[in-house]
Amino acid sequence: MTSLIVRAATRLLVGLLLMFSIWMLLRGHNDPGGGFIGGLIGATGFILYAIAHGSKAAREALRLDPQTIAVSGLAVAFLAGLAGLIPGDAIFTGQWLFLGATEGDKGLPLSTILVFDLGVYLVVLGAVLTLVFALEEEI
Amino acid sequence: MADHGSNSRVLGGPAGWISILLPLSLFLWFLQFLPAIAAGEVLVWQIDWVPSLGVSLGILLDGLSLTFALLITGIGALVTLFSSSYLGGHIHYTRFVIYLLAFMTGMLGLVLSDNLLALFVFWEVTTVSSYLLIGFDADLAKARRDALQALLVTGIGGLAFLAGIVLIGIASGGFSIAAIEGSLADHPLYLPIFLLVVAGAFTKSAQVPFHFWLPNAMSAPTPVSAYLHSATMVKGGVYLLARLNPSLGGTDIWFWTLVVFGGVTAVFASVLAIRQTDIKQVLAYTTLMALGTLVMFIGVGSDYAIEAAMAFLMVHSFYKAALFLMIGIVDHGTGTRDATVLRGLGRAMPFTMLAAVLAALSMAGLPPMFGFVGKEFLYKAALGAPAMLWVTGCIFVASALMFAAGGIVAFRPFTGNLAKTPVTPHDGPWPMLVGPILLGLFGLAFGLMPDWAEPLVRPSTAAVLGRDAEVDLYLFKEVNAAFLLSLATFAVGFVIYLIHPLLRVGLARVPPLFDPGWNRGMDGVAAGTHGLTALIQTGRLRRYIFVTFMTLAFALGAAIWRADLTPEIPALEDLRVKHWAVLIFILAGALLTAFTNSRMTAVAALGVVGIGVALVFIIFGAPDVAITQLLVEVLQVVLVAVAMLKLPNLNPEYIRTIRGWDLALAVTLGVMTTVILLAVMTVPLDLRLTEFFEVTSVPEAFGRNIVNVILVDFRALDTFGEIAVIAVAGLGAYALLRGTRRPNP
Amino acid sequence: MEFLIALMVGALVAAAVYLMLARNVLRFLFGLLLISNAANLLIFASGGLTPESPPLIPEGAKLPPEGVANALPQALVLTAIVIGFGLFAFALVLIYRGYQTMGTLDSDEMRLAEPEDGH
Repeated sequence: MTSLIVRAATRLLVGLLLMFSIWMLLRGHNDPGGGFIGGLIGATGFILYAIAHGSKAAREALRLDPQTIAVSGLAVAFLAGLAGLIPGDAIFTGQWLFLGATEGDKGLPLSTILVFDLGVYLVVLGAVLTLVFALEEEI
Repeated sequence: MADHGSNSRVLGGPAGWISILLPLSLFLWFLQFLPAIAAGEVLVWQIDWVPSLGVSLGILLDGLSLTFALLITGIGALVTLFSSSYLGGHIHYTRFVIYLLAFMTGMLGLVLSDNLLALFVFWEVTTVSSYLLIGFDADLAKARRDALQALLVTGIGGLAFLAGIVLIGIASGGFSIAAIEGSLADHPLYLPIFLLVVAGAFTKSAQVPFHFWLPNAMSAPTPVSAYLHSATMVKGGVYLLARLNPSLGGTDIWFWTLVVFGGVTAVFASVLAIRQTDIKQVLAYTTLMALGTLVMFIGVGSDYAIEAAMAFLMVHSFYKAALFLMIGIVDHGTGTRDATVLRGLGRAMPFTMLAAVLAALSMAGLPPMFGFVGKEFLYKAALGAPAMLWVTGCIFVASALMFAAGGIVAFRPFTGNLAKTPVTPHDGPWPMLVGPILLGLFGLAFGLMPDWAEPLVRPSTAAVLGRDAEVDLYLFKEVNAAFLLSLATFAVGFVIYLIHPLLRVGLARVPPLFDPGWNRGMDGVAAGTHGLTALIQTGRLRRYIFVTFMTLAFALGAAIWRADLTPEIPALEDLRVKHWAVLIFILAGALLTAFTNSRMTAVAALGVVGIGVALVFIIFGAPDVAITQLLVEVLQVVLVAVAMLKLPNLNPEYIRTIRGWDLALAVTLGVMTTVILLAVMTVPLDLRLTEFFEVTSVPEAFGRNIVNVILVDFRALDTFGEIAVIAVAGLGAYALLRGTRRPNP
Repeated sequence: MEFLIALMVGALVAAAVYLMLARNVLRFLFGLLLISNAANLLIFASGGLTPESPPLIPEGAKLPPEGVANALPQALVLTAIVIGFGLFAFALVLIYRGYQTMGTLDSDEMRLAEPEDGH
């Protein structure tokens, strides 16, 4: 497990996997991807790191407790849903804002949908890591 | 009840005031409808309750329901007044009041509902509150047992009644009583409807052979016996029969069932009444007699019979509630209810005696009491009834015995020489005396002025008959057969009263039949459940799983058999290499997982299955699902691998052999799944939802990946629930690993 | 191909049930995994099988191309997979904890709640 090659390679791989997971999350609305997939990829990255460097190092790299991530993801998703209430729509109705939209170009689309998907991402990442770290440390 | 009477609060404090004022104000409120109802009007209000099930809170106020409503609220107010003194000091008095008011609500709802389903709900409310009230002295095993008995007998009858209601709904096309048109007698469902409704009514109104719960229900505090188990709840069954008489009555089976069972109940109960030594039990059996009489006369169904039944209903409610309350005072003032001990209380308890005598005269049917009027009309109706000899004979025997019972309960205890009782006899406080005396005076007033009862008796007779009828109540008109029968009744009754100690001894030799039978029945049920539990709850997990899957197999098998699914094996054309690869992956992986003895092989085989499934998703255009599946596969392998480090291998010693039964069940379920899935895939799909998502995905949700749009926009609330499950699973597993770690194993 | 899918689902169910009826709880866990795979496939297949055309709308278009795969069961299955993973992970931890506490993986010997002799 602690071979030099693995340890050296994971540093690079983990960074790539995390970037890849964020990319998957962001493109999810238009192409295959999204919060579930992004979260799982992100979790895989950290698990790889934990295998190479131990779960203690992985926890440090994560900075936050995975449980905290999971619960705050739930909160983020819920708030994104609540935002639908502000303009008087039903709860969990998506709200959109197209920054700098001009005719022919819809600009930068920002939405509560993306925030919700981010919440999904965080929950999946946090919950999976909570499990894996706890199991690994227990054993 | 050692603690009653030690009441420091006036009328039981706030709980008591509420319990008295509520029925009293309702009573006054209902009184305002009397002129309209007496004039023959029928008032109906409709409020939707569960519109999807056709349940509305329709309120039907006619003579019958108004009579009941006035009895429920009027006697209710007197009983709660009595209770405020009788139980006001009890530590659970508030609880008692809540139960009693719950019962009152249920009973009022029962008699006022126009919708049969709503009526059933209220019917069950009275059953449950009766259970709570009988078991009010929950410290006593007998009270608990009797409460359960009453609950089960009336509850099982209630279920039968519910089934009857459903059939009525099918037969008449709705659940509104007022909307049932004409008679259902010619409907093919008439017989089952009749039997089910009668089962409900007979259990509720304690007809033989379901009578045994009522005497046992006397474990309840006396005000409860006065209120529920004589004046109101037990008349629920009578009410039901009366209410449905226009729809179900008039047939031969209706006549004979009601007349025979009612008559048997009346005679049987009044004979047993003589046998009792506890005067409360005497009253319990005379209540059975009254219920039997009411059922019998509703069965007879002639104008006179219904008129007599409606008058007798009021008569009985007055005197029986008064007598029960009177017994409460005697019990309270002397400490005993033993008819062989109580003598000569008249001097010490003059007001109680007044109430007792007034009520007992009515019960004995002596002029000029209302009871005399009631009995005269019973005789008159009996003499004109089809089965004249049976009906007249039953009512004669029962009335004579009732005369004697009146003497036992209300005459003998107050005359003669004062006997020694556990407590020095003293009269009750005024809140306890008001009720019985007032009810007794009612019996006298309505007897002298029978016309006063006509505004209620006439419309309720009309309601039961389903048409108007001539009603004329009078105390005395001429010397006729009914009057002569009355005189004979007094003579025979008096003789029975004189020799009742002898009769009691003789009757005591007859062993009780029904109550021990109930005990044996309950023991049988308990033994049966014990056996069944031992059979299916073995404490072995795989046995439970086996039973679960077995049930599933039966359900699926029944579905397949009913739909007559025969799988068609289609021609396997245009299969390419990738299809075969998937098939081999999944089949080989599944088989290997099932039969390997090495856990590492199993994990690897599971991975193969997972990849096979992911390939299916890829082949059939589901990239998101396939990616998720692959990622989850990876994580599963990691988790299992981590856990395996600390878990033992798959104990191969007892799994070498093939488990034949398990294998058979497994293969059966597998084949069934295949057959059903094949059938499902031949059914044309309803694609409306999918089309909606396809059409709105870009214009409304600004997303081109429809699957993801569904997840995070259209069905975001569901997804939120799902990620909550995932978070809880993660946190739960964490808590399981960390939170329960032992200090130092 | 429909027939093959149905056959696979049947085989997965059979293997899963057989495993879940075993005494060893690890086998039960394997059965759980197989049966959730079977359930996912079953839902997926009942939504109709459309080869090689994911429910994606091309850039600039308003509607997906004709004959695209049914998106609804895909969305259902996707969450079901993740939830199934949560269930599996929790069950695994439970089994692990059970083994630590009771020292066995044999479900017949796990009788804390319903001991052999008592009621």
